[in-house]
Amino acid sequence: MRVYLDHSATTPVDPEVAALMMTYYTEKYGNPSSVHSFGREAKQALEQARSQVAELIGATPQEVTFTSGGTEADNLAIIGTAEALRKKGKHIITSCIEHHAVLETCEYLGKNGFDLTVIPVNEEGILLVEDVKKAIRPDTILISVMHANNEVGSIQPIAEIGKLAKEHGITFHVDAVQSLGKIPINVVEMNVDLLTISSHKIYGPKGVGALYIRKGVRIVPLVHGGGQEKRRRSGTENTPGIIGFGKACELAGQRMADDAKHQTKLRDKLMNGIQERIEYVKVNGPLGEKRLPNNVNVSIRYVEGESLLLSLDMLGIAASSGSACTSGSLDPSHVLLAMGLIHEIAHGSLRFSLGRQNTEEEIDYLLEQLPKIVERLRMMSPLYDQVIHMKQA
Amino acid sequence: MYTEKVMDHFTNPRNVGELENANGVGEVGNAKCGDIMRIYLDIEGDIIKDVKFKTFGCGAAVATSSMVTEMVKGKTIDEALVISNAAVAEALGGLPETKMHCSNLAADALHKAIEDYRNKQQKKE
Repeated sequence: MRVYLDHSATTPVDPEVAALMMTYYTEKYGNPSSVHSFGREAKQALEQARSQVAELIGATPQEVTFTSGGTEADNLAIIGTAEALRKKGKHIITSCIEHHAVLETCEYLGKNGFDLTVIPVNEEGILLVEDVKKAIRPDTILISVMHANNEVGSIQPIAEIGKLAKEHGITFHVDAVQSLGKIPINVVEMNVDLLTISSHKIYGPKGVGALYIRKGVRIVPLVHGGGQEKRRRSGTENTPGIIGFGKACELAGQRMADDAKHQTKLRDKLMNGIQERIEYVKVNGPLGEKRLPNNVNVSIRYVEGESLLLSLDMLGIAASSGSACTSGSLDPSHVLLAMGLIHEIAHGSLRFSLGRQNTEEEIDYLLEQLPKIVERLRMMSPLYDQVIHMKQA
Repeated sequence: MYTEKVMDHFTNPRNVGELENANGVGEVGNAKCGDIMRIYLDIEGDIIKDVKFKTFGCGAAVATSSMVTEMVKGKTIDEALVISNAAVAEALGGLPETKMHCSNLAADALHKAIEDYRNKQQKKE
């Protein structure tokens, strides 16, 4: 049995999306900038995709700029704003649980003449609007906060921060890569100026994303050249990818409610099942409405995350971990540490991210296998000795 | 990313557990960095009669612990002392670059266990 529970890393491309894309590789392959019929049919499809993307986030098509993915959109939003507003101010606010695409970009600016304030989060992985308010200065030009966290699924109070940013005339950027298609997004209601989204997290192809840029918001491009995307992002458009992204957005809009219902049910079954079957487990992140419907994150004490992943993988189960060993660095997940977890417990974290195709049977299989894996690793773990001795006493 | 040999030692680790009559115990690493290895030795005369380990850590940490116990069983103390972390990694067919520093400490644990044995012997004398 092969069970894929890593949809926050990436999703399979929907067959309907893949079939549509194929046409634009082999038949309608024109360059959308060309005047001939080949170019025109590509251009038309590109603009349709733009409308489909805009619709899912409550924007107008003119406000959508396609990029090579979420990382580029984050860079464009943050560096593009900083460059555009350099004379107005140099202060940027972000949170400590952002994706590296945001954090590293902000830190890059921090080393190049900008001031950075990084807002903490509470133990649920949610930042407090009050803390954002306190951080605002007269020279604050940008607030960048993610909509939902990729590791623990915590949903941030975006609309409230948006209101605050608007009151102070500060550009507000939101990385919505993880929330797109899972919970409703409306850039107008949330007072968002810039919104990052990505295709491959919503059953579209990899290598495509977009930045919503509210009409009137100034931004300096990162990629210069032929002036595509209204001069905001030069380079021949990835037409098949963008068209696939558009279709994926359309499907996501249609299926969002059903997907959320299905995945919430599996999420709670998995989260409760793990706690019932395994001792010394901690659920990371909020419960209920404040959590993405597809995210499960637990720390399993006295064992290490990569060992868990390897053991699961041998049984065909794909998950991820916040352990240092899986990140290539010496520290475990910055998100879990920011939530107050000690290193040892952060190392033993597991993330399961559900998708459209997951079934109850798959969750049952995982719940049957995981306790055995944990037991085996704990019997090997010197940290578990104290528990054994305690039990014997 | 791991060799077949690493996966074999991770899946079927040799000599897991504790030795009740261990006369040398060595531990390296800490929970903060995500790896702890503890090696138990039963040394008679000059020979490592028995060896066991307990490890908290990633696949490489478990596999190197397992491998080192296989490499020293029945060996003399002097033979065990020349085993290096690099030699353990080599015996496993290599480790990913990122694992060479953080998780490749099994030989250090072994050497610490031998040191512990020697300290205990000295106290006896």
